Amino acid sequence: MAFASAATRLGTDGSMRAPDPIVSVDPTAKESVASAVQARGVSLTFQTADGEVQALANVDLDVAEGDFVSFIGPSGCGKTTLLRIIADLEQPTAGSILVNGVAPEQARLQRHYGYIFQAAALYPWRTIERNVALPLEIMGYDAAKRRERVEHYLKLVNLSGFERKFPWQLSGGMQQRASIARALSFEPALLLMDEPFGALDEIVRDHLNEQLLRLWDQTGKTVVFVTHSIPEAVFLSTKIVVMSPRPGRIIDVIASDFPRNRTLEIRETPEFLKIAQRVRAGLRSGHSYDE
Amino acid sequence: MSSISYAARPAEIRWHPLVIRYSPVVVVVLAIVAIWYVAAVLMNLHIVRDQFERDETPYTSAQLIEGTLTAERPLLPAPHQIVETFADDVFGWPVTSPRSLVYHSWVTLSATFLGFLLGATFGIILAVLIVHARTLQKSLLPWIICSQMVPILAVAPIVIVVLGSIGLRGLLPKAIISAYLCFFPVTIGVVKGLTSPDPIQRDLMRTWSATPAQIFWKLRWPASVPFLFTSLKVSITISLIGAIVAELPTGAQAGIGARLLAGSYYGQTVQIWAALVAASILAVGLIGLVSFFERWVAQSMGARV
Amino acid sequence: MTLRWRQIGFLAAAFGVLAALVVPISSQAVEGLFARPLLLIGTLLTAALYAGAAFASPLRSITATLAGVALGCAVTLGLLDDSAVAGYAASGFWLFVLANWGAAWLGVAGLASVRPHDKTAARVIDLAIPLLFGAFVFYLWEVAVRGFGVPSVLLPPPSMIAVRFFGSLWMLWQDFFQTFILGVLSGYIIGCGAGFLVAVVAHRYTFLGRGLLPIGNFVSALPIVGIAPIMVMWFGFDWPSKAAVVVVITFFPMLVNTLAGLNAAGDIERDLMRSYAAGHQQTLQKLYLPAAMPFIFNALKINSTLAFIGAIVAEFFGTPTLGIGFRISIEAGRMALDVVWAEIALAAIAGMAFYGIVALAERATTFWHPSYRA
Repeated sequence: MAFASAATRLGTDGSMRAPDPIVSVDPTAKESVASAVQARGVSLTFQTADGEVQALANVDLDVAEGDFVSFIGPSGCGKTTLLRIIADLEQPTAGSILVNGVAPEQARLQRHYGYIFQAAALYPWRTIERNVALPLEIMGYDAAKRRERVEHYLKLVNLSGFERKFPWQLSGGMQQRASIARALSFEPALLLMDEPFGALDEIVRDHLNEQLLRLWDQTGKTVVFVTHSIPEAVFLSTKIVVMSPRPGRIIDVIASDFPRNRTLEIRETPEFLKIAQRVRAGLRSGHSYDE
Repeated sequence: MSSISYAARPAEIRWHPLVIRYSPVVVVVLAIVAIWYVAAVLMNLHIVRDQFERDETPYTSAQLIEGTLTAERPLLPAPHQIVETFADDVFGWPVTSPRSLVYHSWVTLSATFLGFLLGATFGIILAVLIVHARTLQKSLLPWIICSQMVPILAVAPIVIVVLGSIGLRGLLPKAIISAYLCFFPVTIGVVKGLTSPDPIQRDLMRTWSATPAQIFWKLRWPASVPFLFTSLKVSITISLIGAIVAELPTGAQAGIGARLLAGSYYGQTVQIWAALVAASILAVGLIGLVSFFERWVAQSMGARV
Repeated sequence: MTLRWRQIGFLAAAFGVLAALVVPISSQAVEGLFARPLLLIGTLLTAALYAGAAFASPLRSITATLAGVALGCAVTLGLLDDSAVAGYAASGFWLFVLANWGAAWLGVAGLASVRPHDKTAARVIDLAIPLLFGAFVFYLWEVAVRGFGVPSVLLPPPSMIAVRFFGSLWMLWQDFFQTFILGVLSGYIIGCGAGFLVAVVAHRYTFLGRGLLPIGNFVSALPIVGIAPIMVMWFGFDWPSKAAVVVVITFFPMLVNTLAGLNAAGDIERDLMRSYAAGHQQTLQKLYLPAAMPFIFNALKINSTLAFIGAIVAEFFGTPTLGIGFRISIEAGRMALDVVWAEIALAAIAGMAFYGIVALAERATTFWHPSYRA
């Protein structure tokens, strides 16, 4: 039984087509690619002082290992909520979800993922190297191992030489790179990133996009990335999930396979623009541009 | 595929917001009262037992416990004893009688109000001067801060004695001590408030060629109102403490401090506690008064209350 | 202050000094300044320095002013050594003093407007200004008391207080030991320690925290010093009762502030810890406590002054013949105000030192907080 997203699908020429088997999962077939995240019918309803708010309605999602998946949509479409559900920072009110084959709580207790927030969230009373070592301390790594990992991952994000500095002595972009190093230090299989470059200026953001891409290519991790920038989503992802608000649901899932060694110049090519247009069309159909 | 489903969660009990807000406080207060009663029994035990044995009367443990809760000079009076004595002292005497707590409260309150008025006014003026004169800020402000590290109440006896020898007794010396104590929070708070506007706001004023006086009245003063009221609340409680303590070193005859002294000299424990309760009620009342004005002013300035 | 006004000010000061040469300095018949060669030289030099300061470059002007003020103060104090002047000072004398005051004011204003680039120089000036200001206040006090002949039972001059201070060091030390070491310190450590521990527990069990916080705020506003007589009743006349008062006074601000500090860690940081599956103990140690440090030190600083006040006031209610509060109330009754002022000086020094030590400790542990990096 082919199981596809229940949402409406738009073809690139704007016509309605039969569901694209991009996101089908045949429960009886053996999975050739391991699944990082599997969500079925996930919903989350908040009780607020003004009544019920449905943050997510009936979301189905598959993320394969090694994918770079972006959630894109306007504020309030539930993309951060979905990320937090994957991280076990929220619990859904209906539906089922598996992270690395286990429940999100298990995945969290077994430290399967590293979370990166909108703000760097480095502790101001710790130096950069002690900040990156924080999860390692909590997870019980010994001092030698910690030093080795810290050195390796600071080098990976090009922050060698800044070990003894304090966070406020670094720029915003460098702080965010340090927080990426921190998330990588305990080598989780999955990286969850919530608009990590949203607070930075565009030029720094472009630079970090390229760096993140190299990182992903080198480490082979699965990345789930929340953003509200269309170029960023299209540039970074192998799969783009377009979401819409009120209630949060998936409008479209778009695959893209640009070469893994791409640079920022690819953003002006026609293929890029076509996918960006498809994303925008999805956002429009989801009423993201309405008042 | 195996999956962990989240069934719809059972309807959670929705507590009324007031219950959620106040139940912890209520529970803790009740716990404190319960502990108090137990402590009263334990602490007064040996006094009561000694009394029984001196009178050579046989006693049961029930009588013992009852005795601890109704002792005349207990080490720790039970809550109901305090309430009783308090009610007696407040309602049992005519308001102008020197045995009425209301009379003593009024004496202390008048010193508090006068001191608060003097101190707050002085504090505000000082703050305005400090913000506008760089010289004052650099020379005076460190000393003002230092002055608070000195236990000012040590000066109280001197002030009373000195002013007494010039012939000023009674209300004014106490008010001066209170004023001295309570001007500092006002000064610091108002300085903070007057310097709180954003640099962009001040730049905007400069583009309009506003004079310092205009900047003060239109920008700095309105911006400092929240800071002012916060520090006024602190200041008025300090003024009350100052008025009470000012009554101590010279053995004043009237006022809550005098009442505390008298209770301490004559061993009237419950009287001391009743006076403390009166002082606490005054403190809460004073804060409430300032809060009332704060809300009134805030509403007229468009704040969300 | 524009240059024109400053020049006028300095010149006026110079004239004021010179006026002392002609206008009588005492209502008694005494020799004028012309008969006192040393003081005469001093007077002329002072006037010259003030006049020079009017026209010199800013830096030289400040040096000239400070030197002039120092000299002028010395001359006026020297004049007071004459018992026919002390207590009977007349307009000539006061004009000199006023001139010194004006010059000192201009000097301090000049220092305040200097903005050096060097950070150490800036810090030295920031320290110098209040010190100079304070020193001048002491000068005015001395001169006013001795010049007007204020009876020393009412208000002794600083010199007399200093003499009494250094003459009674043993008594002062005993009082200090009784009040501060025995009463304040022990109470402070117990009170702050208890407040801290209860706050940590209340943070762990939110129900307890939500109940204790409003109560803590409420009690902090009450006149807690009033429990002093009760503590004397429970613990006797000696220092334990004072320590008990200090414990109660310091407990609640510490509780309230520590609780606020433990709750101050941001949501993001808390989520981060949750994503690491860190236990409560680990989160407490690595996140909540370091983040709470600024609040804890805020409470420690407030408590340092409150503790001292509490101990001294508690002594007003009875203490064995020792202690700062005791000494003050007794000697005030005896009108031996110089002892009282000496004790106040002791209390002032001790209070500032205590606060200063806590502030230094704060700087060492919370150097990372934005308020230090402004």
